[in-house]
Amino acid sequence: MSLRIPCPTCGDRSVHEFVHGEIRCVPDHLTDPDERDLDFAFHHDNEEGVVTERWFHAQGCRRWLEILRDTTTDRILEAEES
Amino acid sequence: MNEFVERQMKLTWRPPKKSYDVVIVGAGGHGLATAYYLATRHGITNVAVFERGYIGGGNSGRNTTIIRANYGIPAAVRFYQRSVDLYRGLEEETDRWLMHQQKGILWMAHSEGAVRAERMRAKLNTEFGAQTEFVGPQQVKELCPQLDMSGGGRWPVLGASYHPQGATARHDRVVWALAEGAMERGAHVHQNTPVDGLILDGERVAGVRTAAGDVAAGAVVSAVGGHVSRIAAMAGLRLPIRTHRLQAFVTNHYRQQFGPIVASSELFFYASQTARGEMLLGAEIDPQPSFSYRSSHDFVQDVCRRALCLLPFMSNLRVLRQWTGVCDMSPDYSPIMGQTGVEGFYLTTGWGTWGFKAIPAGGEQMAALIATGEVPELIAPFGLDRFARDRTMADRGSAGTH
Repeated sequence: MSLRIPCPTCGDRSVHEFVHGEIRCVPDHLTDPDERDLDFAFHHDNEEGVVTERWFHAQGCRRWLEILRDTTTDRILEAEES
Repeated sequence: MNEFVERQMKLTWRPPKKSYDVVIVGAGGHGLATAYYLATRHGITNVAVFERGYIGGGNSGRNTTIIRANYGIPAAVRFYQRSVDLYRGLEEETDRWLMHQQKGILWMAHSEGAVRAERMRAKLNTEFGAQTEFVGPQQVKELCPQLDMSGGGRWPVLGASYHPQGATARHDRVVWALAEGAMERGAHVHQNTPVDGLILDGERVAGVRTAAGDVAAGAVVSAVGGHVSRIAAMAGLRLPIRTHRLQAFVTNHYRQQFGPIVASSELFFYASQTARGEMLLGAEIDPQPSFSYRSSHDFVQDVCRRALCLLPFMSNLRVLRQWTGVCDMSPDYSPIMGQTGVEGFYLTTGWGTWGFKAIPAGGEQMAALIATGEVPELIAPFGLDRFARDRTMADRGSAGTH
């Protein structure tokens, strides 16, 4: 099975039509500006479980979607326009 | 590991002790190589390797077994050449047949730009110790007669960089030989024993919490693949790592001999023939971060479409088996090895799609670092601190696929 994303505008489409966009969050406990910059530039939560991320439907409606995806199973739980 | 193999090998399973000099998390190639070289080169045998599953059951059992050193930056060429050299001596050293076979790797160019890039790669590789030469279409055809030199009309082969030391080895034999070598000398390997936490003593790591109880350690090395962010978080670290799936598949038996390993950075795939005669194909990682081991049909579809441009004979073959590994990708496509800023905690990660070929050198250098406390020259450029120092080791072009 391929990963498919249910686009609210276009319907069920292959992942290849989309561009993945991560929502970068620098943790609050980092207060030093340099550390925050480093974190923003390079570090990732790399979370195992349900993550909220943004996907751009580049070869479809060209809208940004906000998607809930379980990274352990690669299932999309929720997709809505953002 | 299956019963048949275990009967042949001298593996001694011992119960975990309360304390070790070195605890390694993850009994894959890199973890076991670190234990092996700690024992053989530095005489450090009070070592335990903890593994949540069975040895070599993660990415060590899911790779495409390619060994090569034709990388794109000097530090990487030197490091991987060390690995190529160690692999060549590993059969004799461990007294085990690892099915190591030197095949040569052809890296195809289909455009003027790619020809320039491959010429540059050949020069840079040769300069830093990995023998590579640029070969024209005539020689390419001689080295691999199965190639369609017109590339299906769309991807003509204008030349290739040829790295004769490119090789393959049997992945699980490598892992078993290293496990045997380490265990024979007294190191412990504990399978089915996940590490659930790190024991912190102020600013330093003093041990691990495992399914078999707490274990004290002088040094803790994370050699896990796929879940390194979770281990690092236990030490309060955030890593420049995202985990992606990487898929590969094999076809049924191809009767003729297919000599070299063939790769194309423009078509983004590579192919070689396994010892069983199957054609083994791989390509790039899946675009979204994921920890799922599911394989997808569109991957096979896509890679076949691209591979058939160069290797049309494969249209007569059928896909037999497909599998997935999860790769820890660093932002600059180079590994991360060394100290972490947390005392007593070492990392060997970021092995993305290039982990198997680095097993001996990675293990040897990590062992040297742990034993001497000094960062070996060969891996100094690959420290975790390179991101803060703005000294990233960008090498996407040569590491992107395999």
